[in-house]
Amino acid sequence: MRFMVIVKANEDTDGKGPSAELLAEMGKFNEEMVKAGILLAAEGLAPSSEGARVVFDGKATPQVVDGPFTESKELVGGFWILQCRDRDECIEWIKRMPNPGGEHGEVEIRRVAEASDLENMTPEVAELEGRLRAQIAGEA
Amino acid sequence: MTVADTRSTVETVWRIESPRLIAGLARMARGDVGLAEELAQDALVAALEQWPESGVPRNPGAWLMTIAKRRAVDQFRRNERYTEKLEEVGRDQRLGDGVLPDFDAGLDDHIEDDVLRLLFVACHPVLNTQARVALTLRMLGGLTTDEIARAFLVRESTIAQRIVRAKKALAAAKVPFEVPEGDERVARLSSVLEVIYLVFNEGYSATRGDDWMRPALCEEAMRLGRVLAALIPGESEVHGLVALMELQSSRAKARTGPNGEPVLLLDQDRSRWDRLLIQHGLAALTLSEQIAEGAYGPYSAQAAIAACHARARTASETDWVRIAALYEGLGKLQPSPVIELNRGVAVAMAYGPEAGLAVVDAVAGEPALKDYHLLPSVRGDLLQKLGRLEEAEREFRRAAEMTENARERAFLLDRATAVGS
Amino acid sequence: MRFLVMVKSNAETEGGIGPTTEDLTAMSRFNEQLSADGRIVFAEGLTPSREGVRVVFDGDAEPKVIDGPFAETKELIAGVWLLNGESLEDVVELMKRTPCTDPQGGVMEIRPISE
Repeated sequence: MRFMVIVKANEDTDGKGPSAELLAEMGKFNEEMVKAGILLAAEGLAPSSEGARVVFDGKATPQVVDGPFTESKELVGGFWILQCRDRDECIEWIKRMPNPGGEHGEVEIRRVAEASDLENMTPEVAELEGRLRAQIAGEA
Repeated sequence: MTVADTRSTVETVWRIESPRLIAGLARMARGDVGLAEELAQDALVAALEQWPESGVPRNPGAWLMTIAKRRAVDQFRRNERYTEKLEEVGRDQRLGDGVLPDFDAGLDDHIEDDVLRLLFVACHPVLNTQARVALTLRMLGGLTTDEIARAFLVRESTIAQRIVRAKKALAAAKVPFEVPEGDERVARLSSVLEVIYLVFNEGYSATRGDDWMRPALCEEAMRLGRVLAALIPGESEVHGLVALMELQSSRAKARTGPNGEPVLLLDQDRSRWDRLLIQHGLAALTLSEQIAEGAYGPYSAQAAIAACHARARTASETDWVRIAALYEGLGKLQPSPVIELNRGVAVAMAYGPEAGLAVVDAVAGEPALKDYHLLPSVRGDLLQKLGRLEEAEREFRRAAEMTENARERAFLLDRATAVGS
Repeated sequence: MRFLVMVKSNAETEGGIGPTTEDLTAMSRFNEQLSADGRIVFAEGLTPSREGVRVVFDGDAEPKVIDGPFAETKELIAGVWLLNGESLEDVVELMKRTPCTDPQGGVMEIRPISE
């Protein structure tokens, strides 16, 4: 299974790069994951001031909004993509991570969708399942 | 934490930590991997007993190692049989003063080397292939006996016995706990790569109805390959194998059509190819090529072929000339009629059907290809392209008869009919 | 240069309802083109946040694990691309062409990778 580990940033850390100490510790941590054969990607993002948002709001042309986005509660600072046997294993690894945010840090772990996830849940399938369930409930 | 939660955490920690734990203990036990595993299991039991109360330690690996060593010392005191084995542990201890030295220090110093040694021992040629696979997945993959059994579609007791016998065989042959040097190293490394690729192929051949464990084997094989690549980064064929597995894996989602039917590489929807694995695979191949300075071994040659496909944005952009040349090189390393057949296909794509047919016909009489339905299938295709339609139809019908797969038979019969009309 | 494109979530993606077969096809074609142009380093969809967790670090304390789902749907990420591009403008222009038939619209955030 594949997991995306999203490292959150906040106003203070947005794009301000980690301290030399944290950088060194993160380097060692990345190295451990490489040695365990599970690291598929690891990147830091430039500050949100260098980014943009594209907003599709039903109008003909999408709107472009320039960064920064520091008012956002869910600012992303970086990410990993890990190959783990299950979510528990990924969590166990992440718990060993050096604190990414100085005093208070946060990461989000999300499983990457596989082909079977996409095929099983088109709205058509979901509707069909809903109807089946209703039918069964009605017959009960 | 509930007991159930803790148990789950222990199992997860075990999967992560057990290879290093067993490796370190094996070194201390003078290569007795059986004893090492027993001691490690003792530590696992202790964790299951103690962590629900005390909580999961911050450094679980060190905790397990400490407990395992303590058990080892206990055994040493109680049983002289272990004296020989555990001399090294004994030397570490000041027996009788009850004070254990700091185990964290030096835990990492040898541990990488020990893991490498453990992998080489688990793949020792004194064991048959099945035994090597079971032992490797158990000790280096941290898989349970049950998981291994489900992955290989056999009973748990079968795997348990295989592992017991394997450990006995290693002990009987007095296999030393070391990484071989020189000529022996080449052969032994080849044995390790063979085991890893076998695990991969077992997983790659899994079909959708199979137990979840089977496709997970592909990932485990790739992981073991990467672990090995990190341990001995100077070996080009290790990176070559990793590249091959990652590039093959990258096509996994595109291999089956909506009705579960197999889709040939050239017909695959390339937007379904896993680009992350392609990146990784190409990077591993580049590394392999740099180290070997362009001299391919069997795995890197196959990876280079897979890379040609991965780099082609559409099927029509495939570099068939390069593929044909790579097959020629591969054929020199590992002469085989099947490789020649593949080379024939590539030569046909690169230089025209007549040239391709010449290559194929040179091996058409080989006994190894007698029941290989792809031979008449390929011949049929080339003959059709050359306008020799009667012969083509005959070959497609012959191929249809030879295949056991109903869908393939239908497909080949369709081709025969299409040619005939 | 490389850029991370994060597609923000909505009620459907959080509900685990994937795109319609039509949308999947349109997206597939879009991805095929991106791929053929050598743009894609990787492209992944993320499963809903109810399957995910957050791990919170506070100084030296034991990290805390919090189960999903997470409330701020519009701020969550549903999918990502890592793309090759000349500049932010280049990638923005590219992504403006993403097929998006959802009448509720959608948001993408595009950030350069710190090289």
